[in-house]
Amino acid sequence: MIPAKFDYVRPSTVEEAVSALQQGGDDAKILAGGQSLLPVLRLRLAAPSVVIDLGGIAELRQISEDGDRIAIGAMAPHHDVMRDDLVKQHVTLLSQATATVADPQVRHRGTLGGALAHADPAGDLGAVALALDAEFVIAGSSGTRTVPATEFFVDYFTTAIGEGEILTQVRFPKYTGWSTHYEKFNRTAQAWSMVAVAAALRVEGGSVAEARIGLTNMGTTPIRATGVEQALVGQPATADSVRAAAEHATEGTAAPSDADAAADYREHLAKVLTGRAVLAAAG
Amino acid sequence: MAEVRVTVDGVNYADEVEPRMLLVQYLRERLGKTGTVIGCDTSNCGACTVHLNGQSVKSCSVLAVQANGGEVTTIEGLARDGQLHPVQKAFNECHALQCGFCTPGMIMAAVDLLGDNPDPDEGEVREGIEGNLCRCTGYQNIVRAVQSAAQAMKPGASAPTETPAPVAGD
Repeated sequence: MIPAKFDYVRPSTVEEAVSALQQGGDDAKILAGGQSLLPVLRLRLAAPSVVIDLGGIAELRQISEDGDRIAIGAMAPHHDVMRDDLVKQHVTLLSQATATVADPQVRHRGTLGGALAHADPAGDLGAVALALDAEFVIAGSSGTRTVPATEFFVDYFTTAIGEGEILTQVRFPKYTGWSTHYEKFNRTAQAWSMVAVAAALRVEGGSVAEARIGLTNMGTTPIRATGVEQALVGQPATADSVRAAAEHATEGTAAPSDADAAADYREHLAKVLTGRAVLAAAG
Repeated sequence: MAEVRVTVDGVNYADEVEPRMLLVQYLRERLGKTGTVIGCDTSNCGACTVHLNGQSVKSCSVLAVQANGGEVTTIEGLARDGQLHPVQKAFNECHALQCGFCTPGMIMAAVDLLGDNPDPDEGEVREGIEGNLCRCTGYQNIVRAVQSAAQAMKPGASAPTETPAPVAGD
């Protein structure tokens, strides 16, 4: 199918993009990599009056080291993020999770910022951003503001990005030397996560010193499994202690029931996959 | 209307298009490059895969205007001097198709994969063509063809060794 008609602008700076967005009003839509937006336009589930393509803003694709953080431009494609040496070294979990997103073609076009701003609860990168305390840099007409991951994900497909604002950068603290794994469960190739678990551990002398666990698709937003984290800390990373800790994985979750899985099956998966993710991370 | 200037299979084009025109429509309806096919409306099937600036993309999920200033290679641009690309040849020799509808996209995905990983094992081939669906073959012969092409494309192999189009990861 063919999208409904729209006007198209391709600004070359963030300021121009913000200005175009404000002129476009309610009907304007930001185009990042287009791998969610174009299918939606083709199916005519959305019909914006103007599409603002961020593809012409080179600075938004950059990945750089900024003190104790790795700063990733919102338009960095998944393909770049998963292969970037800084990301691999300091934010390994993001690299691992990004490699599981969709398929190679989609990873060539789809972007980190686009995926996070879309905020699909089944998307893989929100749980990572939440578990790792990423910060979101959002530009508007009065400059930029920074929002922590704990406040960024508001609801189903809803984030803290306001009207007239654009996500420009995602900043991750460095987790150099942490042990990490992203455990994703889906039924077919290129499918969305039925449930997935992002795990990052700092292991000292055979025991877990710090743990960060994020859950994908166990609620309307990514969820931090704090009960599991608390149960892991101070324990040896053995199969028995990890499985016991993983029993806390459903605390504070509100798993959806849909055509892929019922809520109770997702709850079962969350526990099993948490155990697998933590054990795989601990090696 | 918006202007699009692209190089497709080595030829430069400049056209006025509606912003809503998909790259695959532009290729098929404006340029007559019907070798690239449309299989689904959900971005799943990968039949419309082409290379944009050296990377495989689903051309149903890219606007023609997004390709402005870029370089596109379709299945029609792979052969050189009347010689099939080694991946095309391997699909033929290994019988990696039945109805053939997925084949253009499958080959474009495979060429991209081999540019990135010149000697993939079976699992890596299956992962690399994850974005392309085939409803006939069960993939067995497709995987064989990609691995066979990898052997043929190794430096010093006796098979034709024309350099393939630039691909992702180079």
